[in-house]
Amino acid sequence: MLYREAGQFKTTYVSDASIFPLREDRTGLILIIIAAYALAFLGNSFLLQAVMIPFLVFSLASIGLNILTGYTGLLSLGTGAFMGVGAYACYKLMTAFPGVNVIVWIFVSGFFSAAIGALFGLPSLRIKGFYLAVATLAAQFFLQWCFIRIPWLVNYNVSGALDAPLRTLFGIPIMGPNATPQTRYLLVLTIVIVLTWLASNLVHGRIGRMWIAIRDMDLAAELMGIRPLQTKLLAFAVSSYYCGVAGALMVFMWYGGAEYDVFNINQSFFVLFMVIIGGLGSLIGSFFGAALIFIMPIVLGIVLPALLSPFGISVGADTIEHLRFMIVGALIIFFLIVEPHGLARLWQIGKQKLLVWPFPY
Amino acid sequence: MSFRKLSLKLVAATLLAGTALPAFAQDSIYVPLFTYRTGPFAGSGTFIADGMHDYLRMLNERDGGIGGVKLVIEECETGYDTKKGVECYEAVKGKSPVVVNPWSTGITLPLIPRASVDKIPILSMAYGLSASARGDVFPWVFNPPATYWDGMSMIIKYIGEKEGGLDKLKGKKIGFIHLDAAFGKEPIPLLQEMAKEMGFEVALYPVAAQDMQNQSSQWLSARRDKPDYMIMWGWGTMNGAAVKEAVRSGYPMDKFYSVWWPSEDDARSGGAGAKGFKELNWHAVGANFPALQDIQKHVVDKGLSKASKDKVGEVLYNRGVYNSLLIAEGIAQAQKITGKKVVTGEDVRRGLENIKLDTARLKELGLEGFTDQLVLSCNDHNGHRAAFMQEWDGTKWVKISNPIEPMTDRVKTQLDAAAKDYAEKNAGWPKRTEACDKAS
Repeated sequence: MLYREAGQFKTTYVSDASIFPLREDRTGLILIIIAAYALAFLGNSFLLQAVMIPFLVFSLASIGLNILTGYTGLLSLGTGAFMGVGAYACYKLMTAFPGVNVIVWIFVSGFFSAAIGALFGLPSLRIKGFYLAVATLAAQFFLQWCFIRIPWLVNYNVSGALDAPLRTLFGIPIMGPNATPQTRYLLVLTIVIVLTWLASNLVHGRIGRMWIAIRDMDLAAELMGIRPLQTKLLAFAVSSYYCGVAGALMVFMWYGGAEYDVFNINQSFFVLFMVIIGGLGSLIGSFFGAALIFIMPIVLGIVLPALLSPFGISVGADTIEHLRFMIVGALIIFFLIVEPHGLARLWQIGKQKLLVWPFPY
Repeated sequence: MSFRKLSLKLVAATLLAGTALPAFAQDSIYVPLFTYRTGPFAGSGTFIADGMHDYLRMLNERDGGIGGVKLVIEECETGYDTKKGVECYEAVKGKSPVVVNPWSTGITLPLIPRASVDKIPILSMAYGLSASARGDVFPWVFNPPATYWDGMSMIIKYIGEKEGGLDKLKGKKIGFIHLDAAFGKEPIPLLQEMAKEMGFEVALYPVAAQDMQNQSSQWLSARRDKPDYMIMWGWGTMNGAAVKEAVRSGYPMDKFYSVWWPSEDDARSGGAGAKGFKELNWHAVGANFPALQDIQKHVVDKGLSKASKDKVGEVLYNRGVYNSLLIAEGIAQAQKITGKKVVTGEDVRRGLENIKLDTARLKELGLEGFTDQLVLSCNDHNGHRAAFMQEWDGTKWVKISNPIEPMTDRVKTQLDAAAKDYAEKNAGWPKRTEACDKAS
């Protein structure tokens, strides 16, 4: 009823080719962004610090992996390590040049991760599918090995860990223990919005089409004049850039300090699951995936005891944890059976149904 | 549309849960326990969790809490995962906890800078950042009763005594098998420094976290190098695997020493061949103490514990009890200092600084002989207490030595350097502003 295509006429090619051709979609997006900013002032610190900031960080990492796996069709298991490169690069840069604002370093740190990503992407020209996954697995283990073994990366810290020093923007602390969850949330939100907008422009433009062409059939793409090596390496670089920024945000804006172990193989799988559940080749799917895999267990952790306690059942923290695992696992299977193309596809179907509602045609 | 109904229900339930978050009465003290009964470290974590929970529960059941104030004990499952640990911290922060015990070095590190801002003391008992023993630099972090450097110096001292003097270590080879993480690498500088001075050789065998269960290559190298002694710094499944692997490769178990983390189950996994395996410890095993009997009577027998009866008194169970003993003592001291009944995190920080567990106090608590004395102060948040060596006799741990004092001067050099380093690396690390209490 409210969601109608009728009456919206496209009079230019630009408006016809726009990403959000429907007025309702555009206003919806603006409303969501306003709501996200408003949340900073409405939400309590648990919601911001333990739910929203990690959700945004994982969304960004998922966008990164989605560019590689979803859009270009190259399977990678090195996401965790590429996130680590970003975090360590950011740490080195901001301790070596404390005078430069840390936001600059967060963006710059992604380039280091992009360079490393492109380097490990070199085999992708020859290796495909599962074999490429194994090659990126090597990146994961090698980089993790570096994080442990090169004390220079942590400035010879005895604890061997990264920690967030105090950094300010216009005199307001934005990093370190004194930064409020509110300021950190606003900063992370802004960075994620800017980078998502960039990614959207990339994947909808010439470069994105090149990636998609490579994914759908690399031989045909090559015959059409797309150079596979450059395109694949670009995908690796851009993907790693996003992962690197996400890694830097994860350590310095969310944890506030971390050991090398947070960039382990589990992290890579965690992000990969988000991409698969959310929907391969979809930006909004990255957000859906992050929400389902990260926020769902937290919600269950709060809801389950509240649901069970009226019946006089009090369960231990460990039982809740087991239940969380079982329910989230079941939901993943459920969603994959109902819609193998991920939540993004469900979203799309929902929108199409809504367009013609209340008629079925 | 069953799906829509389901999602509507879910949303409604979430909203309900959000509003119905348990409101805590003001006449209780909230003690969150970070535990891990799931995940790869559950083998160690479950016993510790039971020990911690049961002691505090026993205080509730027997005495009605501490100083007449009931304790609200809540477990938060971390799975030894930093992500979930930080989530737990955020979840409990709003309920004004008096102390947090992260029970993982990975979770401790991000919390250290936050402690002073959120005014919640951290009790990381003999793990975490060793440098946090310096109370003047880390007023909010406590890591009694000994640091890993203390532990290493004690093991070397013990080995030296066996050889007939530290100078007899010259020309010997000591293998160090450790978890390849900050925790396992921490004692290396001290070990190498001692090696240089005493003239023994060190062979390092790092075990990466993902290969904890597969140490055949490390033990193969150890077989080739033939070290005279092996020292282990491991955690979780690494300990059991190391014992098994050591037995299999025929390493003489009486020359195999470990820091204080292997449990009975770890030693048991080596079978009969594990006899002679030694580890440091600072508290008794077994349940022959009035306080532990009370746990049996008031908690375990009533079915209020998750632990089965035979687990009470095992080494890691008692370690959990020790942890809770420190929490309880911190709260009790805080009540004494402030005169308040319901204390806050700030009060408990002062309480922990004034912990004085001498023989008389331990007897009062029903734990006479359970552990050595422990006195903390404003500057010393660790105590650097002596530990003793215990040996696995095939079925249980047997205490085989008197308390071994750590080499305090050596440890102090490491400690001061590390604390200075930490404060320097974190430019703007706040100077201690918390006043010291007179008693300490």
